Amino acid sequence: MSEAIPTSPHVGLFVTCLVDLTRPSVGFATLKLLELAGCQVSVPVMQTCCGQPAYNSGDRSDTRDIAKQVIETFEEFDYIVAPSGSCGGMISHHYLDLFKDDDTWEKRAKNLANKTFELIVFLSDVIKTNKINGQCKTTATYHDSCSGLRELSIKDQPREFLKNINGLKLVEGKKSEVCCGFGGLFCVKYPDISEKMLDEKVDDILQTETEMVLGGDLGCLMNIAGRLTRRGSEKEVRHIAEVLADMTHGPGIAAPEKTEA
Amino acid sequence: MEMKTTTFKENARTAIADETLQIELDRLSFGFPEKRKKAVDRMPEFEQLREQARDIKNHVLANLDLYLENYEDRVEKHGGQVHWCRDAKAAREQILKICKAADAKTVTKSKSMIGEEIFINDFLAKNGIEPIETDLGEYIIQLRGEPPSHIIAPAIHVSKAQVEDAFRRVHTDLPADRNLEDPAALLQEARGQLRNKFLQADVGLTGANMLVAETGSNVLVTNEGNADLTYALPRVHIVIASIEKIVPTLEDASTILRVLARSATGQDMSVYTTFCTGPKRFEDPDGPEEYHVILLDNGRTDLLGSEFEEILRCIRCSACLNHCPIYKAIGGHAYGWVYPGPMGAVLTPGLIGMEDASDLPNASTLCGKCESVCPMGIPLPKLLRSWRTRHFEAKPTRSLGQITLKFWAWLAKRPKLYHKVNGLIIATLGALGRRKGRIKWIPFASGWTSKRDFPAPMGNTFIQQYHKGARGDTSGRRLREVKK
Repeated sequence: MSEAIPTSPHVGLFVTCLVDLTRPSVGFATLKLLELAGCQVSVPVMQTCCGQPAYNSGDRSDTRDIAKQVIETFEEFDYIVAPSGSCGGMISHHYLDLFKDDDTWEKRAKNLANKTFELIVFLSDVIKTNKINGQCKTTATYHDSCSGLRELSIKDQPREFLKNINGLKLVEGKKSEVCCGFGGLFCVKYPDISEKMLDEKVDDILQTETEMVLGGDLGCLMNIAGRLTRRGSEKEVRHIAEVLADMTHGPGIAAPEKTEA
Repeated sequence: MEMKTTTFKENARTAIADETLQIELDRLSFGFPEKRKKAVDRMPEFEQLREQARDIKNHVLANLDLYLENYEDRVEKHGGQVHWCRDAKAAREQILKICKAADAKTVTKSKSMIGEEIFINDFLAKNGIEPIETDLGEYIIQLRGEPPSHIIAPAIHVSKAQVEDAFRRVHTDLPADRNLEDPAALLQEARGQLRNKFLQADVGLTGANMLVAETGSNVLVTNEGNADLTYALPRVHIVIASIEKIVPTLEDASTILRVLARSATGQDMSVYTTFCTGPKRFEDPDGPEEYHVILLDNGRTDLLGSEFEEILRCIRCSACLNHCPIYKAIGGHAYGWVYPGPMGAVLTPGLIGMEDASDLPNASTLCGKCESVCPMGIPLPKLLRSWRTRHFEAKPTRSLGQITLKFWAWLAKRPKLYHKVNGLIIATLGALGRRKGRIKWIPFASGWTSKRDFPAPMGNTFIQQYHKGARGDTSGRRLREVKK
């Protein structure tokens, strides 16, 4: 980005439907990280879904409607940040593809795309924060989600941030870049193929012998966590934002409630 | 070859349960990608070459008529003949006509995907002409009565023990107690069997990795040298190729050759690269007396100018198959037709119609690995998605999944209702599963819960909590007001 960054940029948090509905803790962790980095954060109540399920199923007309709604809701902010490479990539890469025949909306989509970022990329490459220094005594492995890795080139940034987490040791899986078999609706439409892919991923994770699995996309993490528990593993699965924000006191994904005194 | 695309899900299940196949697929997924990576790392200008290769093919596709006519003109100048064939049937009949005119009893054949696409082997056999595959992998699967399961490694699904079984069953002229433990012994035996067939064949049938407009040549790339014996020894050489195989010049052919082998097998060059131009000239010591080119369309002109045109840049290197986690899980036969893997999932609906092939573009996570290794820069995930769009827009009836999805989209367009409805569902699922952290079974979501637990939602949505003033209540047990 060549443009100057506002001193206290106003960020619209696109929390994503999975985080909103199933794991609000990731939303709060994101909020904390953004505020720590000096952003003023708003959470528009009118947000729902980025439209990716419809888009990947070939339903262009509904996708366009949803995209317009997202554009209208978020275009007023300096930046739009999502704790997901998949949803972030949808807005920053695929919305443009929807309005090829509509100059006005194409322009608005482009404007939004240019200021929409996945959380880790935003913290690392845009705002360049040095405020991450949590604590987490554990060993962890990192799963590179496909959209983040191949659409948004997220690879080193999360690993660099994790170096600042006191006590955390990162162990790389041999297949960290291989798809986990989630693929949105793919995993329910083709459960047998998905299971086969997922087991390879889980085997690779188990081989690292770490206590924790981290990633930047809740879809993959729910997929991985659900298979780990189904196979009897108690490995802790978390979104990286929770670790970076030092908010790991609650249970991991698919883990039982912690018994508190 | 029987078309089995409509039973894709069943095919996939069978493939996943096939232990021998799974061992071979594991081996494949370690071998080729690593070799490709090393080859690409050795060549700093690889990215630049990829762009050049892409541009060459884009230019060809924009001027295809011109280059095809140039090519035909050159072939004829060298004494060869070009036969334009609109579809598979026309191509088969043209080949049969040439074979009959040559009074052919046997036809040797080097690997050709177009041969598979027009089912030439069955057709020749039915007409009393014996087709003999000479690529080792193709020879093995011909003995086993199977179609190839991979473009450059057609017998990748077959174990060494299965090869031995096939050889013992068919090569009954050899001593029964011979030792075939060593792969080299198998190779030696196949070579011995094929040697006489090469010498006796009346017609040699080859594919073409490229057709060069400038010279009227066809390019043949192999690691076994079998294509050279196939075209050079018989009296008649027939080349079968589809129209998009054209490149303008020898220079262009060499650019594409530089990315082809590196992407395919990780070799800098394949062992044999041959340019065949017309029949034997007066001064040539050997070569065929007749040279025919079957130019096949078979639906490709319909793809030209469509949103799927980019798939016509494909050079059949197999990099997308070798790196695809779906291909790795199910192998090539599960795709149910000639072309497997990501390129097949895009090309097949274009050639046989989306109605029969609708699973292929859908059975993908769109992970993007294929696009990242494609030497021709084909945006495979985008093209897979385009098929989904075309299918969705053309189809009047909706599956249950599509209706659910439509409902989700309808809801997503009504934020207030969306938050109310989902809030209720999430509260219920949260109450059901929060203590254990997971739910083992959810009605109508068995696609998920048959294979994995569903991580229990925390109970309140982020939007609800945030707008009631909560800041960082991550336990999710109950909404707690936190003073700001």
